[in-house]
Amino acid sequence: MTEEKDFKTLVVQGAVYKTTYTWKFENRVVWEAPNPNHIYSFIPGTIIDIFIKPRQKVKEGETLLLLEAMKMQNQVRMPFDGEIVKIHVKKDEIIPKKFLMLEIKPVRIK
Amino acid sequence: MSLRSNVLDLRKRKREVQKGGGDKAIEKQAKMGKLTARERILALLDKNSFHEYDLFVEHSAKDFGMDSKVLHGDGVIIGTGTIYTKPVCIFAQDFTVAGGSLGLMHARKITKIMDHALKMRVPLIGINDSGGARIQEGVNSLAGYGEIFFRNTLASGVIPQISVILGPCAGGAVYSPALTDFVFMVENISKMFITGPSVIKSVLGEEISMEELGGARVHAELTGNAHFFATSELECFEQIKKLISYIPRNNGTRAMPFPPKPPKKGKKIEDLVPGDPRIPYDMRDIIKTITDSSEFFEVMENFAPNIIIGFGRMDGETIGFVANQPMVLAGVLDTDSSDKAARFIRYCDAFNIPIVTLEDLPGYLPGVDQEHAGVIRHGAKILYAYSEATVPKVTVILRKAYGGGYIAMNSRHLRADFVFAWPTAEIAVMGPEGAANIVFRKEISEAENPEEVRQQKIQEYKEKFANPYVAAAQGYIDEVIEPRDTRGRILHALKVSENKSVSMPNKKHGIPPF
Repeated sequence: MTEEKDFKTLVVQGAVYKTTYTWKFENRVVWEAPNPNHIYSFIPGTIIDIFIKPRQKVKEGETLLLLEAMKMQNQVRMPFDGEIVKIHVKKDEIIPKKFLMLEIKPVRIK
Repeated sequence: MSLRSNVLDLRKRKREVQKGGGDKAIEKQAKMGKLTARERILALLDKNSFHEYDLFVEHSAKDFGMDSKVLHGDGVIIGTGTIYTKPVCIFAQDFTVAGGSLGLMHARKITKIMDHALKMRVPLIGINDSGGARIQEGVNSLAGYGEIFFRNTLASGVIPQISVILGPCAGGAVYSPALTDFVFMVENISKMFITGPSVIKSVLGEEISMEELGGARVHAELTGNAHFFATSELECFEQIKKLISYIPRNNGTRAMPFPPKPPKKGKKIEDLVPGDPRIPYDMRDIIKTITDSSEFFEVMENFAPNIIIGFGRMDGETIGFVANQPMVLAGVLDTDSSDKAARFIRYCDAFNIPIVTLEDLPGYLPGVDQEHAGVIRHGAKILYAYSEATVPKVTVILRKAYGGGYIAMNSRHLRADFVFAWPTAEIAVMGPEGAANIVFRKEISEAENPEEVRQQKIQEYKEKFANPYVAAAQGYIDEVIEPRDTRGRILHALKVSENKSVSMPNKKHGIPPF
């Protein structure tokens, strides 16, 4: 029979199995519900321009900053009418994918 | 001039061209720890069996100073030879000649030997060691790649195609190996990627070494692009020869039979498997109690190790094994393991290799990452591959066979020819724990002592359903067998399946969930 080495446990439909993990399983991305008030980079790249300041009110669709990646200048736009809460990036900063760039909040704009 | 002087002239020309890129380049190749293209071919093929063609081919490119450049053999060696006395076609890119770059004539040599291999119905082995497209030849080198990919696809399922990555293989060049049946890689020598580290750094700012990006280990463990991993070129060649010994020369024949041998005497099969279905064991040990000489040649050993695939022999005949591995992730099916098994099943089916499936799995791997990674479409591949396969298919259920996993692992319903189950088999919609929670939810929640009632109900369900006899009563399994009879039953099943003939609906081709 198998000697008791450092087995991990895996639960499948209520039953607890002794087994080992793969590197991929251990390093899987744990899912989190997306926060609509956080704007992340969808691709790694360079911030080449920032057009907004904290507490500025911005209408839906307005360009917030430019993220250059793969020789393309991507316009990051405001997803809804709101206010800029915090800016986490600086001009010319190189950022990875899924990097928190901006925090915003919805505000009614007349 | 006498004939003799012509012969001497020929010899001189040959010697000149066979030097490839010359002594300096050869020295450089050796410094990188690599053999030359010619050394590789000679090491892989039977002694004195190699015959080279197109030695004197020259490029005719004119632009960017190419008109003054002599590239011996245009950077690739092609020819025929034998492995274990059986013929193979082979090409090897010569990195010492212009970095093994692929130009028009280089590609033409490769496609010529590919055409030979397909016409003669013999295996094709390609050794890749190339910097990529020869930029000076522009669109002609792209055309060359395209012609190679097209032939890879035509030959797929007709002749075995083996790719050996012994150097860089980058950009578009990677797609020829990706289209072939088996990819061999060697640590610190093989590199495969679409976009190299320098471009990734300049465009995306991500810094990574070549080995970390596309080395042998990465492709053998993470991406699943490589089927075999070796630590030296010579070890890699031994693996190729071994593989060749297991597979048929083409899809019109069977693999060469070996003298039948019994498994080695060792631990008894019933002592290798714990009775508690939640305790793991190494499924490879079970396979080795079944195969001739207890030999098992595993394919993709390090990728998705929760499923095991590979070749063994039974009574001298090559068999493809697909088996859940309780030792890793409890043997669940997930995106990678489904993908791995499905492709292997299709390989075996294309090349007349009977499939033996050993089953012990709790089902599919739960998790958001799995669902979002497309476990539905990947999982469907294994159903498709088993259903479509018309070679003899035998299944042995050792312990767990729950839910979708039961159906997927070559069940009767997907037209397994023989399904055997051990007395420890639990064929049910799910394990007793999960089932009791659902079926007796009300009783459990309303009980004074829910945990006690739960355990009682689990036990009840276990006795009633967690066995092979419910499925046996329906005829879904053919026989409940004693573990020690496993090899004998499989052998008999394969024997009576020898002339298996089934007809499938006429179609151009199916649409598998790629």
